[in-house]
Amino acid sequence: MNFWDLPWLEFAIIVPLLGAFCVSRFREPGRAFRFGMAFTGLSFACACLASFGFYWLESGREVAWSAQLRLFGRRFLALDDLSAPLVPLVSLLHFLTALATARTKMRRFSFTWSLASESLRLALFSVRDSHDAWVLIALISIGTITPFIELMNRQRSTRVYVLHMAIFVGLLVVGWMFVDTDGNHQQQTAWATVPLLMAILVRCGAVPVHCWVTDWFENASFGNALLFITPLAGVYLAVRLVLPIAPDWVLTSIGIVSLLTAVYAAGMATIQRDSRRFYAFLFLSHASLVLVGLELHTPISLTGALCLWMSVALSLGGFGLVLRAMEARVGRIYLTDFHGLYDHSPTLAVCFLLTGLGSVGFPGTFGYIAADLLVDGAIEVNLYVGVAVVVAAALNGIAVVRAYLLIFTGKRHVSTVSLEIGQRERIAILTLVVLILAGGFFPQSAVTSRYHAAVAILNTREARTGEPATPEHHTTKPN
Amino acid sequence: MDQELVIRILGLIVVTAPVVLMLVLGATTLADRKLSEETTGKFCQSAIAIGLLAAVAVLALMLAYGTRHVIVDLGKWVSIESPDEDGHLPYHFVVKFEFDRLSVPFLILSYVLCGTIAAFAVKYMHRERGYNRFFTLYALFLLGMVITSVAGTIETLFTGWEMVGLSSALLVAFFQERPAPPRNGLRVWIVYRVSDAALLLAAVVMHHMTGEGDFDSLLGEQPWPHGQSPVTVGQAIIVGSLLLFAAAGKSALVPFSGWLPRAMEGPTPSSAVFYGALSVHLGAFLLLRISPILEKSIWLGAAVVALGLTTALFAYLAGSVQTDIKSALSFASLAQVGIIVAEIGLGFRYVALVHLLGHACMRTLQFVRAPTLLQDYRLLENAIGSRLPTASGPARGLIPSRYRSWVYRMSLERGYLDAMLTDYIARPFVQLFRWFDELEHRWTTFLSGRDSREINALKRSAGRIEELP
Repeated sequence: MNFWDLPWLEFAIIVPLLGAFCVSRFREPGRAFRFGMAFTGLSFACACLASFGFYWLESGREVAWSAQLRLFGRRFLALDDLSAPLVPLVSLLHFLTALATARTKMRRFSFTWSLASESLRLALFSVRDSHDAWVLIALISIGTITPFIELMNRQRSTRVYVLHMAIFVGLLVVGWMFVDTDGNHQQQTAWATVPLLMAILVRCGAVPVHCWVTDWFENASFGNALLFITPLAGVYLAVRLVLPIAPDWVLTSIGIVSLLTAVYAAGMATIQRDSRRFYAFLFLSHASLVLVGLELHTPISLTGALCLWMSVALSLGGFGLVLRAMEARVGRIYLTDFHGLYDHSPTLAVCFLLTGLGSVGFPGTFGYIAADLLVDGAIEVNLYVGVAVVVAAALNGIAVVRAYLLIFTGKRHVSTVSLEIGQRERIAILTLVVLILAGGFFPQSAVTSRYHAAVAILNTREARTGEPATPEHHTTKPN
Repeated sequence: MDQELVIRILGLIVVTAPVVLMLVLGATTLADRKLSEETTGKFCQSAIAIGLLAAVAVLALMLAYGTRHVIVDLGKWVSIESPDEDGHLPYHFVVKFEFDRLSVPFLILSYVLCGTIAAFAVKYMHRERGYNRFFTLYALFLLGMVITSVAGTIETLFTGWEMVGLSSALLVAFFQERPAPPRNGLRVWIVYRVSDAALLLAAVVMHHMTGEGDFDSLLGEQPWPHGQSPVTVGQAIIVGSLLLFAAAGKSALVPFSGWLPRAMEGPTPSSAVFYGALSVHLGAFLLLRISPILEKSIWLGAAVVALGLTTALFAYLAGSVQTDIKSALSFASLAQVGIIVAEIGLGFRYVALVHLLGHACMRTLQFVRAPTLLQDYRLLENAIGSRLPTASGPARGLIPSRYRSWVYRMSLERGYLDAMLTDYIARPFVQLFRWFDELEHRWTTFLSGRDSREINALKRSAGRIEELP
């Protein structure tokens, strides 16, 4: 057994869980922060090692030692082409969000629940086989509880959230109960596909069942709201559970609703008066674009969607951290006046623009190549899809610059204390900015990795449904 | 070393110089380690000088060797190396630059004017609070102009086009403490974004038709201006219309002309080089680049001529009644752009190119001279003790007296173009989505059993850092 045969993935999942127990014992926020940082940092390091081990050193070979094998006799948490970069990405988002927590917000940001959620999310993103669907369903269902506790602790209304999540979990369970998992039938019945389709749409916040996302952002702490939403767990569920088995009409339905959501949410983002709702709609529009790419299920569109997924997580993660940092300084930000905050923190202003424009695919960022791939894949299938994607991107671009001008320009904000970016915030946000730009300048390895994942997903789908994919679908995995 | 290799190396220097400039200024801004004014100015001028020298050397070598078309192919920036049954790569993004009779003059014009104005701005912006911000955005603009000028594929052109758009909008909002510049900057950005979307749609449609984003496959492999586009008349009309729309937004042609005077809120150096010289001509440049497509359809050509002449007439009338010098100059500039567009539509490509180059240089001079000209006029008026005599324009005799006041008002209101875009496009859009927003509010209030946006009722400053213990 060598270094890479250690169960790094299991460590990455267990460490934050242990951290949650440990940190829950601390009452003093500063101490909770220090320990929370240590655990989430350790988890991130383990997730990176697991991913490195998968990619470069062992060519995807299963690690020899696994606690799962000893405990359960089989391995249901492991990395594959799809999840290998997503697991460290989710872990990174947790680490940077914790790192960028301002001292004034440490009391509000629950490190205990954040660590517990991190463990659940990492486990969720490590379920790779649709035969382990019940594990996936259990994890995502349990994952809906921590936001509920957050809302309760903040004494906010939980009804919108609970209603939507109850529908989501219910539909998911019902749908999967009717799925023919033995593979006796290549075509699943409507009893299986319709509830699954609806469950995915609810979780991804498709119109008209999207209100829980905006409500969640309005009522939760920004950090937790960000962590619950940005990894796109709903999309992961769609890839693992729905894409391999769904007939074409289900995917087309998801695509149409997602396309409408992308344009609608982009339009809504341009007129918002509250920065959190603006962010929520911006996010919904991008998440829907990812779903659009999945629905088209060609290698290029799927590669575009998977690239966009990473781009959205990085860009909107960074964008959210900047907004959160601004909120920590001036309170809730309303997009009705010019706030004049540029001079207080030019770095935050520049990062706001870079991350925001990175999400809409500005040249030089990873989002640019992701959007190009997505549009390229979309027009191969349907020209109008390509047009709608372009319209959504244009509106999102307008929304981002409008928000920038409203927050950072205008009569200089008068403050009695320095509102400069803090050192920890700087590290967190610049890390994401560097990743966005590095992905923009050197996108080849990320695109190749996502293409391999796309081909693997399509191969699984072909094996399960027997439907040959679109003409450009390649059945062999490239070397 | 053979001549082609030398030209390619020089071509690379042309593109790399502004990239390095942008990276250095951008990185120091991000790291909060701003360079001194002197270093910024020198670095900016050096990069532009290197780029300009390389561009001139490219021109000299092309003239010396009689080469009319040099392609600098940087290869596949990103590709999916898994060919399909026909041996085609399913996706590749090629970065390719073209040096020809259109791109080289425009490139040199960009470098000359950006260099001149950078030297001017070093003094003009001295001790200005946003000195570094100005030069960072200026570097982004230069990079965008260079990439757009020498783009060999529509994706590469789009890259530069976007950079020009963003830098322009942010420089309009440069004096950000006043309310008007950010508002006008947003207005400019919205028009640019719409125009960008049209360009991207054209690229999408082009890809759909030809399977390539390469100009060669769309415009023919002959060097400019002798390309013969292989597309059909129907395809030419679709792509050409989208590109004409994109050009109209970028060059402030009717009905998008309203943003041009708004853009004058920016600092004089950026106004001069953006709206007097380069940015405002980008639409015309695009039309010149795609002129083989325009030739495919007489209707498309006629539309270009009509749009150009309408813009020229409108700009002449609006410019005649402007009361501030930058607005008057911007409309004068627009009138010439309209004529250039009409020339392109009529097929006079070299005339249009020469007109563009000459006009850009003259107008830049007028813009940077404008502040001191006003001072000179004041001195003259003080010397003679009265206002300087003003001559009536030639339109006075042409317009019947009963229409004069109507034409005057229409010109003063800038053809009501801005108001029309606001009333018939922007406002209905905003009202529609505000209505959706209100519906959502009612729905979530109904679901949650209490006002779902109770947070709106909180004190706006709640949570400010100063108020926390």
